[in-house]
Amino acid sequence: MQGETMNDLLFDYLPIIIFLALSAVIGLALLVAPFVIAVKRPDPEKVSAYECGFEAFDDARMKFDVRFYLVAILFIIFDLEVAFLFPWAVAFKEVGWFGFWSMMIFLGILTVGFIYEWRKGALEWD
Amino acid sequence: MTLPVFFFYIFSGIAIASAVMVISSRNPVHSVLFLILAFINAAGIFMLAGAEFLAMILIIVYVGAVMVLFLFVVMMLDVDFADFKRGALQYMPVGVIVGVILLIELLMVAGSTFVSPELAAGSAMPINNAVSNTQALGEVLYTRYVFLFQGAGLILLVAMIGAIVLTLHHRKGVKRQDIGEQVARNPKTAIKVVKVKSGEGL
Repeated sequence: MQGETMNDLLFDYLPIIIFLALSAVIGLALLVAPFVIAVKRPDPEKVSAYECGFEAFDDARMKFDVRFYLVAILFIIFDLEVAFLFPWAVAFKEVGWFGFWSMMIFLGILTVGFIYEWRKGALEWD
Repeated sequence: MTLPVFFFYIFSGIAIASAVMVISSRNPVHSVLFLILAFINAAGIFMLAGAEFLAMILIIVYVGAVMVLFLFVVMMLDVDFADFKRGALQYMPVGVIVGVILLIELLMVAGSTFVSPELAAGSAMPINNAVSNTQALGEVLYTRYVFLFQGAGLILLVAMIGAIVLTLHHRKGVKRQDIGEQVARNPKTAIKVVKVKSGEGL
């Protein structure tokens, strides 16, 4: 790739780098500042977990329901489907009817899966 | 040292450091968070290589969606931090074999450039610099690489059906909404008049 266009492309993203650097500085400052200036007088009662007045029953780390996983994976699949739509929409004029129908077949394949999950009730919680 | 080179070393350095932290961190949730950091830096390297669409997709799909899935998987395991590392050593041989195979594959891909440069150069479409990266991708993805594209669709279909088959269990005895049935109710089907004899209950 030519150096000239490459640098133009990267300079478009300079604001993002500045933004990332600035947010890193602010985030680190907010993390470090309490260590330096805050008053720290820990007490067993102050630092223990508070659960509406009574002792904590058990650990907060418990297993997640597997249904969260199903919702997440179905989300990812349609996320990817949309990701494939972006270049298609940008190059819509160039790809012609062949590209149009290849996308229609792709969407058709995924619609089969969508009908399947709808009929199986995978989109319902219980 | 130009600015892109400087950023390349920053991105790749953080990526390698966080990759090391992924496998050495004791807490699996921390491993997942370091993996997110590695992905973000990989997106930065993609961006430096001029693949801005891939960089954005890496952030949207991997950082946004796949990592959520990884977090769910980690939280679905019974996260007992004490004996998490106990069985790690017995999986070492399998891990070493997989790692060596991956290393050989990477060396073959990288080495093909030196063995026959014209073959390695001819296998991929040259990048069209006249248009934006996303458009250059779209111009070849749906026409020249149509079978790979449809293959991706089929893989997504298999993943969808597989996830449903493996994880979907409907509980018995749950009252669900059935809009058609609920709307189609009328007094004749919903109300029953029962004659009750005096002095007796139902």
